[in-house]
Amino acid sequence: MLLNGSTRTLSRDARSDLHPQAEVAGPQSVGQPSSRFAHATTPTFPFSAIVGQDEMRQALLIAAVDPTVGGVLVFGDRGTGKSTAIRGLAALLPSMLAVAGCPYSCDPGRPADLCHRCREQVAPLTSQKIPVPVVDLPLGATEDRVVGALDLERALAHGEKAFEPGLLARANRGFLYIDEVNLLDDHLVDLLLDVAASGVNTVEREGLSIRHPARFVLVGSGNPEEGELRPQLLDRFGLAVEVTTPTDLPTRIDVVRRRDAYERDPAGFCEAYAPADHAIRETLTAARARLPGLHVPDATLEAGARLCLALGTDGLRGELTLMRTARALAAYEGAETVTLDHLARIAPSALRHRLRRNPLDESGSTARVARAVEEVLSL
Amino acid sequence: MTAYQDNRLPVATPSAWADALRVARLVAADPHGIGGVVLRAGAGPVRDRWLAALRAHLPSGSPMRRMPGGIADDRLIGGLDLPATLAAGRPVAQTGLLAESDGGCVVVPMAERLEPGIAARLAATLDTGWVRVERDGLGQSLPARFGLILLDEGIGADERVPTVLSERLAFHLDLSAIAWGDVQDAPTPEEQPNGAATQTDAAITALVQAAEALGIGSLRGPLLALRVAHLAASLDGRDALSDADTIEAARLVLGPRATQMPATEPAPEEGDAPSDQPPQGEGDPAPETPSEANALDDSVVAAARAAIPPHLLALLTGDGPRPTAPKAGKAGAAAAAKRSGRPAGTRPGDPRQGRLNLIETLRAAAPWQRIRQRQASSPEMPIAGGSRRIIVRAEDFRITRFSQRTETTTIFAVDASGSAALERLAEAKGAVELLLAQAYIRRDKVALVAFRGRSAELILAPTRSLVRARRGLAGLPGGGGTPLASGIDAVAALALGVRRSGGTPVVVVLTDGRANIARSGEPGRARAGADALQSAGAFRATNVRAILIDTAPRPQDPARRLADAMGARYLPLPYADAGAMSAAIRSAT
Repeated sequence: MLLNGSTRTLSRDARSDLHPQAEVAGPQSVGQPSSRFAHATTPTFPFSAIVGQDEMRQALLIAAVDPTVGGVLVFGDRGTGKSTAIRGLAALLPSMLAVAGCPYSCDPGRPADLCHRCREQVAPLTSQKIPVPVVDLPLGATEDRVVGALDLERALAHGEKAFEPGLLARANRGFLYIDEVNLLDDHLVDLLLDVAASGVNTVEREGLSIRHPARFVLVGSGNPEEGELRPQLLDRFGLAVEVTTPTDLPTRIDVVRRRDAYERDPAGFCEAYAPADHAIRETLTAARARLPGLHVPDATLEAGARLCLALGTDGLRGELTLMRTARALAAYEGAETVTLDHLARIAPSALRHRLRRNPLDESGSTARVARAVEEVLSL
Repeated sequence: MTAYQDNRLPVATPSAWADALRVARLVAADPHGIGGVVLRAGAGPVRDRWLAALRAHLPSGSPMRRMPGGIADDRLIGGLDLPATLAAGRPVAQTGLLAESDGGCVVVPMAERLEPGIAARLAATLDTGWVRVERDGLGQSLPARFGLILLDEGIGADERVPTVLSERLAFHLDLSAIAWGDVQDAPTPEEQPNGAATQTDAAITALVQAAEALGIGSLRGPLLALRVAHLAASLDGRDALSDADTIEAARLVLGPRATQMPATEPAPEEGDAPSDQPPQGEGDPAPETPSEANALDDSVVAAARAAIPPHLLALLTGDGPRPTAPKAGKAGAAAAAKRSGRPAGTRPGDPRQGRLNLIETLRAAAPWQRIRQRQASSPEMPIAGGSRRIIVRAEDFRITRFSQRTETTTIFAVDASGSAALERLAEAKGAVELLLAQAYIRRDKVALVAFRGRSAELILAPTRSLVRARRGLAGLPGGGGTPLASGIDAVAALALGVRRSGGTPVVVVLTDGRANIARSGEPGRARAGADALQSAGAFRATNVRAILIDTAPRPQDPARRLADAMGARYLPLPYADAGAMSAAIRSAT
């Protein structure tokens, strides 16, 4: 609780004007809608103030540079700031252009990806700047709220059949964060995987038949002690990082000190780290611009292929992710080209969850990837 | 040790009950900030007294709600208030227990049996202080800044509150050793001297170091301790921390979390530290000399060390039973299964018993609308002009039925005695791990009971986690007698437990069938054999599917007889390796 902070904002969607529920449940019926906005005043723990956890931060930044890498899975000890990092990242992402009033935050610059509403609209589309949505999927969410369902109010009051978009719609072009992903109901996990893979949410329920874009970066966190994830699910995540509690005393003291400073003066603390956060945001923006033009040399491609071969990863997804993430890393660092060094540094995150598991092999998958990297890449 | 004591600040160790009352006071001052308390105690007057003390300290009017064990999501988190929704003709939200407890405490009885899903929901709400409702067509966030009081009635180290929650709560309080007499005439604790003012930085260093010395891995320990120290200072009306705050926080928060004994060796440079100047509480700013900082560090460790509860102490020093990995709650899966899984049609029913299927409900209501409109438009129930409200009655409610494959739990009972040679044990371990690898694809669970020496032991509680399985298996010893009867009894008890919680147990017994330790623990082949057959008969009555794998080099009669008595399938596998064994079990189950 401490690491996550009792005073932080929930997520940006909560204060976003696009909150679809605002239209559905009027103030009288929901109770205290004003309170939904009250907590937005306490700033989030800044991303740049997180001590250590370099691999996790690297993975999240890569997903922010190139959302097509396919999500990040953060597995590890309790109290290591998993949620803090994700919420911190959300707070520093540059805002994006979206069609005004569209519940799916359609990108006006990409007509092919427009939702049915925007496509049917006769009047020219107006656009507005909105923060990148970071949607929390709370445990206990029902399927109808996740995929969207019949609009209750209109069904009850007017007998109309109208679609009310769910969390997947809100997460379009942003992040969908699931804490304790291994505790989520199986059928919800299957559903999320399907949508994440296709980028389209298909709703066939309650007499509705709707398709809408749902491209999002799936960020899951959990603890392996609570139960394993199925291999099919593991493979869908682009990057998997393991986080551990820092063990050296100075780092531990530093973590506690910063947390204490934040809790006692959130605003002042965030202001102190604002320049650092700003620098990361600038780097991200530059990296996104650089990404399309970044060339992956044949030598790097080949090395990646050999690495996957040596590790015996199933399918091409591993290779593809390795290339994409190495490229995003190079873009983030402002490199001219993607080198073997980028490959070596991203390989553990990109491949460790794709190894065929041998339950009798005691050595962890991280060690196996490291070994393979050493053998294949240290030419 | 003497040099160590010389340099320590004077630490008062109040009685356990005084500490408990102090905890109640601290919790009441900021329930949400410090998470709450794990209260280990049986139901009884001592616990009631403590809860009464907590309520007395809480500001009047702040809620203190009890959460029933099998609470459903619509009551916990909130959801659609169906009667009100129908009456109003538009969605009306129902506030859940978590949001209703905002500003107060949630009391969770029998927290050691809390199911993982509910524990995770509580943890998520503790983290944010907000409860997110995304249910039944409603989406909203409500403030839920509460403290958790987990009433832990567990016995022994195996029954524990889910770690995901106990981690987040500052205090782990054990009242089980407190007698009613200690409670009745407890004097009000006198004010402790504050000690010197501490720099926050020094306090942080001291607490983090103490946590490390006590083997507390998670940083939540020292962070919570620091919060408690701040809280203690603010209760006194001070802004700055004092040494006493820091020491008290270490004692109350860090002590009960210890996983190892701190090394008693003092730091080398403190030998020449002036030992005769215990800092006074007169508010004079103590100069930050290294020796004083050390004094604080040492006192913090010493205070925390003194607060390690006795049963934990026994574990840590190796006198007690072998500590087993804490496990996530395993009860109550059956109740949850009714609300999840694949939809499989609808049936009439109370929406509180399942998930409302709106379309089917409206469809059921449709034919009656004319009649009901006419009835409703009688003078005492006027309807606003032109409103074509649909009138739905309780008998129209349709709820969705769900089908969920119940998960299978394969329980291994492994004969780890001397007669079943050690390599059989290694093969059994291998088979368990192979099956586990299969199991997590199929979402099944595996458990392991070993019997050797005089009794049977649960090595691995039903789990899906490879990490935990590997840890449990690594420590499995072999050798000794064959207490077959105890083994079968233990496995039967476990199988029934699995069935109670909604799973399907399958038992795999690996033995050569030659018992030589009776149920009483006494050696003797004849008695042991009779006991084993008796246990087998009792096992048969449970009607649990079972396989008996004969591990003797040559298949023999005793094992076959035992399999018959258990109602188990008999599978002689004299030379099976792990792979063959797991294949045989898979095909047989």
